[in-house]
Amino acid sequence: MKDTLTAGAPVIEAKGLNLTFQTGDGPVHALKDVNLTVNRGDFVSFIGPSGCGKTTFLRCVAALEHPTGGSLTVNGMSPDEARRKRAYGYVFQAAGLYPWRTIAGNIALPLEIMGFSKAEQAERIERVLDLVELKGFGKKFPWQLSGGMQQRASIARALAFDADILLMDEPFGALDEIVRDRLNEEVLKLWAATGKTIGFVTHSIPEAVYLSTKIVVMSPRPGRITDVIDSPLPKERPLDIRDSREFIEIAHRVREGLRAGHGDEV
Amino acid sequence: MREKALPVLAVLGIIVVIWYAAAVWMNSTWVYDQAERAGTTVSFAEMVPQTMAQERPLLPPPHQVAAELWKGVAGQAVTSKRSLVYHGFVTFRGTMMGFALGIVFGVAMAVSIVRFRVMEMSVMPWAIISQTIPIVALAPMILTVANQLGIDSREVPKAIISAYLSFFPVLVSMVKGLRSPDAMQLDLLKTYNASEGETFWKLRLPASMPYFFASLKVAVAAALIGTIVGELPTGAIEGLGARMLIGSQFGEPLIMWAALFAAAILAGLLILVVGAVEQMARRRMGVPA
Repeated sequence: MKDTLTAGAPVIEAKGLNLTFQTGDGPVHALKDVNLTVNRGDFVSFIGPSGCGKTTFLRCVAALEHPTGGSLTVNGMSPDEARRKRAYGYVFQAAGLYPWRTIAGNIALPLEIMGFSKAEQAERIERVLDLVELKGFGKKFPWQLSGGMQQRASIARALAFDADILLMDEPFGALDEIVRDRLNEEVLKLWAATGKTIGFVTHSIPEAVYLSTKIVVMSPRPGRITDVIDSPLPKERPLDIRDSREFIEIAHRVREGLRAGHGDEV
Repeated sequence: MREKALPVLAVLGIIVVIWYAAAVWMNSTWVYDQAERAGTTVSFAEMVPQTMAQERPLLPPPHQVAAELWKGVAGQAVTSKRSLVYHGFVTFRGTMMGFALGIVFGVAMAVSIVRFRVMEMSVMPWAIISQTIPIVALAPMILTVANQLGIDSREVPKAIISAYLSFFPVLVSMVKGLRSPDAMQLDLLKTYNASEGETFWKLRLPASMPYFFASLKVAVAAALIGTIVGELPTGAIEGLGARMLIGSQFGEPLIMWAALFAAAILAGLLILVVGAVEQMARRRMGVPA
């Protein structure tokens, strides 16, 4: 238990992971022979076209899907156990805030379920609202906030109960470029401030390169990993790092990986 | 407010005009018959006033109905058996009992149908079939059975008939409402390791509220109709349904029409109240006004 708490220790370990869905058209190999180690404090992006299994892999880690083969551990436990121990917070593609609860009420939702006291709920809500720069918006209802603010509120909700893993499934996919840039910066700040391990699914190459310490390139039919890139970029990343030579080189390698995965289909 | 009132008033005006025209046309038969029997003739101008103030018109004109309604509401002590307030209250009481029973029954069935698949397969078809049986045929049977069981009060069978009609919209809407949360919202609660009970109280039930309130407006109207139908059969002495029956049986169209309008006004008031409650609930649940 002790070594899982030190930086650099493996948090998520997948070995020969397989997941096959049985459908009317025969079996679909959503994940095939996936091997991956995510270390504590990593920011891992999963990138690839639709159907490459990037979301499915994240859902397996969250125990929302169950692999049909291979082994997967989260904090050294089975994903189900890890979930029971509140190992992760999950941010979905849509903010999915309850329209009948205020922003503070939405953040309180997991806290209520996990049995935090009223006082502690209030204290945590304040803290995470501050963290996602939504201070003073607690009493507002979701419809009073813009799409970007709603997604920040949903990140606050995932942070509220102090899980050390944050899983984000295309959280900014529905937002425009400008809002997205800002939120990317904020996520990096958040990551630096909290030291969490982050798993981040995305369609966007610049987003993946900008955010990650490790980029996992995946390809479809069957869903598999084609390349894992450890980013040489420094931890401090201003937005204009995207014009640097290293950045462009990594982006190029990601693009190559995506193209290779497509084979002769493109 | 004025933009809203104008179309409604326009339609009302058109209805009143058509109504007067129909009253003249339908009641003229009696006027011409009387004239023929007396061996005289009446001109159109003489006939029209005579259609407006008959004691037993085929179709009473609006002002006669209004006068009778006013007499029934304000012209009697509210405890009088001729008072429409008294009869209206009896019907209102029955409606509320049936409505409450219908809500409890509808919600309980919806919850169990959403929770247990076997309930959906076994109960749902019967709930649908239940609504295809004409309530007019069923009401006397319920009254008779209640009597056989030694329930002397007419309130109980009336409430059952009323609930029989009002539970259905609640049931259908609540099944839909309780199932309205999408896969993502359910997954979110799963990531918190929430129990089934927590999923119900924190997600399914609040998500179903808009559906619930939409169904209440239909259900309260259905409960009123059920109560009136329950007041119609044999030996009815109280309630607007009984007034309508008496009016029709004793050839007093004015009584019947006044009771009919009293029922319509009651229905309108009930729907207004339900609407106001819905507004309050919506505001509490943060829906933009």
